[in-house]
Amino acid sequence: MRILQKRTLQRALGTAVLAVSMMGQAWAADGKLIATAGLTQVEGSGGGGIVPWATISGYDSRDQISAGATVTRVDVSDFRLSMLGASLSLYDKVELSIAQQRFEIKGAGVDIKQNIVGLKYRLYGDVVYDTWPQVSVGLQHKKLEDGDVAGAVGAKNNSSGTDFYVAATKVHLGAIAGYNAVWNLTARATKANEMGILGFGGVENNDYQVMLEASAGILFSRHLAVGLEYRQKPDNLGLGEDDWMDYFISYIPSKDFNLTLAWAKLGTIAGAPGQDGLYLSLNGQLW
Amino acid sequence: MALLAGCASTDKSLYDELGGQATVAKIVDNFIHEIEYDQVMFAYFAESDIDRFRSKLNEHLCFLADGPCAYTGDTMAQVHAGMNISEGDFNHGVDLFIAAMDKANVPHPLQNRLLAKMVPTRQDIIYL
Repeated sequence: MRILQKRTLQRALGTAVLAVSMMGQAWAADGKLIATAGLTQVEGSGGGGIVPWATISGYDSRDQISAGATVTRVDVSDFRLSMLGASLSLYDKVELSIAQQRFEIKGAGVDIKQNIVGLKYRLYGDVVYDTWPQVSVGLQHKKLEDGDVAGAVGAKNNSSGTDFYVAATKVHLGAIAGYNAVWNLTARATKANEMGILGFGGVENNDYQVMLEASAGILFSRHLAVGLEYRQKPDNLGLGEDDWMDYFISYIPSKDFNLTLAWAKLGTIAGAPGQDGLYLSLNGQLW
Repeated sequence: MALLAGCASTDKSLYDELGGQATVAKIVDNFIHEIEYDQVMFAYFAESDIDRFRSKLNEHLCFLADGPCAYTGDTMAQVHAGMNISEGDFNHGVDLFIAAMDKANVPHPLQNRLLAKMVPTRQDIIYL
């Protein structure tokens, strides 16, 4: 009896292991070169750190799907931003993402929460193998859960807004003294103040404006990338909202995991100048 | 004209920088070794003549790296016709080729330059 039970258990376990390993073979997305899937940016889309890129966030190729999760923290003089995100990438074609941002005003006990749903569609190209850049279009729909501060600083809409963007990204193999180089250019139509944390539109402007965002980097090995980013931002509220920039270094030990450390220069936020600080992001691929 | 010729003679080809025939042969041997131990890739090679593959890949890499060789094998499209190689499997093959270069101690920048020379062949390899 006991032996029979043990055998049944063994068989069941064997079947389970086989099923999981078969699933792994069908689903384990590793169809891109390491480091060419990019990172996850601060609003949950595949990108650099603050800029959404044309890359689809997982390591899926056109026959695969993948899913990933990200946690990011940006800590500047007077504010702290935490972001939790998850994304699903389908056939290196479509990226669905969700993210929750928590923006903390240090010492004031104020916490502003924003949820973001993202959608990206690859229109053209392969970031590594085509002559021309990979081009994608996307949107980020943002729902501000705590709109009191946005209302107080004069946002026309303190509940929700949607950004639309088109992005072009290219990796050039061996381009700089044999090292791989990557660049990205994004145009974003937006009404968001400080990404939406301070609402959408304001007394100075309440229309969509097109902002330019750019990234450039060098891969010093298959596992280490350094670069910088720039993100133009509107000043709808008349509070001197500044463009953002960062210098980043990414460590990509495997296709399953990457870690990015950056120095973020966020300028004036809500009238408080000189918001510089550390950006740390961990990104894992679940399958 | 003389100036151009002068330039060409002082610039080492990628093939020479790699270390010539010795290194290329090492990369190819390592690549074959990687394939032999890889389920996905080995399936594509089950009916291949490995000796011919070895000699033609040596030639092809030499040719692509601007070495003193002519490529005498079939075109990439002919070789891969009917295999229906997926993008994912192709990229997996590139991962193995990178491993082969790593094991031949090819420096990272030279690896990238060789890969860049190989990239244009991709369209004649996948989904045929």
